[in-house]
Amino acid sequence: MYRERGDHIITQVTEHKAVLDTCKRLEKHGFRVTFLPVNADGLIDLGDLARAIDEKTILVSIMAANSEIGVLQPIAEIGKLCHERGVLFHTDAVQAVGKIPVDVIADNIDALSLSGHKIYGPKGVGALYVRRRNPRVQVAAQMDGGGHERGMRSGTLNVPGIVGLGKACEIAQAEMASEAARLGALRDRLKNKLETELDFIHINGSMEHRLPGNLNASFLYVEGESLLMGINDVAVSSGSACTSASLEPSYVLKALGLGDEVAHSSIRFGLGRFNTEAEVDYVAAKVVDIVKKLRELSPLYEMAKEGIDLSKVQWAAH
Amino acid sequence: MAYSDKVIDHYNNPRNVGQLDKSSTEVGTGLVGAPECGDVMRLQIRVNPETQVIEEAKFKTFGCGSAIASSSLATEWIKGRTVDDALTVKNTEIVKELSLPPVKIHCSVLAEDAIRAAIGDWKKKNTAAETTEASNESEAAPETMTK
Repeated sequence: MYRERGDHIITQVTEHKAVLDTCKRLEKHGFRVTFLPVNADGLIDLGDLARAIDEKTILVSIMAANSEIGVLQPIAEIGKLCHERGVLFHTDAVQAVGKIPVDVIADNIDALSLSGHKIYGPKGVGALYVRRRNPRVQVAAQMDGGGHERGMRSGTLNVPGIVGLGKACEIAQAEMASEAARLGALRDRLKNKLETELDFIHINGSMEHRLPGNLNASFLYVEGESLLMGINDVAVSSGSACTSASLEPSYVLKALGLGDEVAHSSIRFGLGRFNTEAEVDYVAAKVVDIVKKLRELSPLYEMAKEGIDLSKVQWAAH
Repeated sequence: MAYSDKVIDHYNNPRNVGQLDKSSTEVGTGLVGAPECGDVMRLQIRVNPETQVIEEAKFKTFGCGSAIASSSLATEWIKGRTVDDALTVKNTEIVKELSLPPVKIHCSVLAEDAIRAAIGDWKKKNTAAETTEASNESEAAPETMTK
């Protein structure tokens, strides 16, 4: 619908595949897509964004919170910039909604995606906020027939899903402030315990601009999958769950400038509504135990301890 | 990822973990794989110069559970065998013994490579030691890694 106005879309490299793959498909249909880089903390540079916008830019899509590293992009600043330049702003707020305040009016958000299952709602239901005025955002119909949902998505509505999503939002809204404080404290407790007990640990992504319940750490010289195997009674993930079918290290961590070997050593811890302090202590003790055990097995840890610079070793890669 | 009971057993109770003095002429060291690929194995053997029998085998591995199990199993299999006999160990036998899934076959390949690299290092040292006995000391410890 905006094709006559321009052909340029801006996003960034640590977006979820739902956005990245969509942008790649649009490229095949003749759109130009700019994938902005992120800094070592996982944040985009607003100057980069401002420079990337040209007279043919029709859409900026930048996520609110990252699923792997929990990093929060400066959504309000991005929204303001987009509106000053007359460009629509979509944000993937699937990880942010219900966890941090999101205000589509104050933050100049034109379109926002959210999902029920990330906020303790039903699976299989989500929502796309579409701004109605200043500016009015027009969306091509996903399917025809009946004109439901303002003609954008015809078909009988999933009422139980919608009600469940609404209730989940209501509960999340009511508990957000206290829950954010509680999870932030638990997360910091986990981080402190790990950092106190272990050397060669690297926290991935900004700690300042971050979801309260997320911790992503690399335990150098220990391979992530072997670590998961040792803590198989805890639901954590190495790389990202969505792409864990591949043995490739996380593209998000690589975008932060981490080497493959550091990305291979990373674990994402996600804390939520039902986690307790006792569970955090259990996980911390278990991770410390397994990391120490695996480092006893690790030739790389031994070499690092001996002061050998692993980046200078000529590896016989196969 | 479902692991076989044997992989889990080797992961929980790895056999022959450790290191041998890599400067000894009786010791061969193989370091294979690369950190950026997520697997590095170091396998070492101590060979009896009289009998050519591998009397000791040690490993350390950075990698997934299957990589740990493959290298642990490899040390078990080559211990007590002659060098030439140990070279007949095939990655497919490791795959079969540990019931490795297709995505983990590279772990067994790496273990076979590690055996060959360790034996190759030992052979290189010992042919070098025979030809130039005087320079034993300097020839004795060729770095498996350069720089």
